[in-house]
Amino acid sequence: MDAETPDILRDVWVYLARDPLLHLTLTLAAFQVGSWIYRRMGLNPLANPVLIAVLLVVAALAVTDTGYERYFEGAQFVHFLLGPATVALAIPLYRQLARLRGSGPAILASILAGSVCASATAVGTAWLMGAGRDTLVALAPKSVTAPVAMGITEALGGLPSLTAVLVILTGILGAMLGPPLLTALGVRDWAARGLAMGTASHGIGTARALQVNEVAGAFAGLAMGLNALATAALLPLLAKLVLG
Amino acid sequence: MVFFLTLILVCQLAGESLVAATGLPLPGPVVGMAILFAGLCLRGLPADLGRVADGLLGNLSLLFVPAGVGVMVHAGLLGREWLPLLAALVVSTIATVAVTGVLMARLGQRAKDAGDGR
Repeated sequence: MDAETPDILRDVWVYLARDPLLHLTLTLAAFQVGSWIYRRMGLNPLANPVLIAVLLVVAALAVTDTGYERYFEGAQFVHFLLGPATVALAIPLYRQLARLRGSGPAILASILAGSVCASATAVGTAWLMGAGRDTLVALAPKSVTAPVAMGITEALGGLPSLTAVLVILTGILGAMLGPPLLTALGVRDWAARGLAMGTASHGIGTARALQVNEVAGAFAGLAMGLNALATAALLPLLAKLVLG
Repeated sequence: MVFFLTLILVCQLAGESLVAATGLPLPGPVVGMAILFAGLCLRGLPADLGRVADGLLGNLSLLFVPAGVGVMVHAGLLGREWLPLLAALVVSTIATVAVTGVLMARLGQRAKDAGDGR
């Protein structure tokens, strides 16, 4: 808002910018635009709606010179629903109960392998390319759902808020690269596809899997939960071994 | 509807309390999911609870937007180390999807074959 803006407009803006409603609406509207573009692109994973919405919101906040804390006062109402939505993942999981009973050991082995692979390859690659310690610690739990990942980073003495960002980026990347990669590898089983998406890219991969197929969504939700468990238990031990 | 929404929140609250009380290295909502899952196994799934859950999960990706916008707070560090970060995320995501998906497809198929043989 520059000096030439009429006073009445500026007064309205100052009033609105203080109110959580504005940034709540901005979040929903940006996601609407993201979803619209995603549908127009024929559900192309590259046009990820979360990525588009994040870019739109960041641009809007930059233009209006608004800080993240002010934005979050409004956006927290959306953010809060992550908790109940995670609990609700029990329902698609329950609908797949029969399939779960048949392949318990296969599921556990696959998620455990994926969990170790996610941390080891991320930290290894960044270390080879000369990343600093803050980056390495924040990267280690990046495939785990955001609230757990942040807790793990905190326990390792890193920056939880940096982990949150890397977790979201991982989710978006997994949602973009996962489906074509699995198709190229010849993995057609919906359970295996969902498990891979949930292990590599937590809730965002689960959201993407749910859109495509309910079996895939249920296994993705299961993988997200078990991977959180496995990483939370293993990573502090591995870190102690590696860092001494 | 309100009853089942309340039930979901109660499960989350129970999960959060359990984590706070025991110091489990897990997020409260994941424990809440386990509690609700156990309940469903005992009592079955009411149709209305299914509808509430489908409504919550139908737009799951929207809920990640506020955390994603946090990218602006770390613009400095991300600007300095964007190359190792991008490489790490891409390599790790591809490797993890491939390892988990292929392993589950192989092991799951074997489990299915063994089940058919019986």
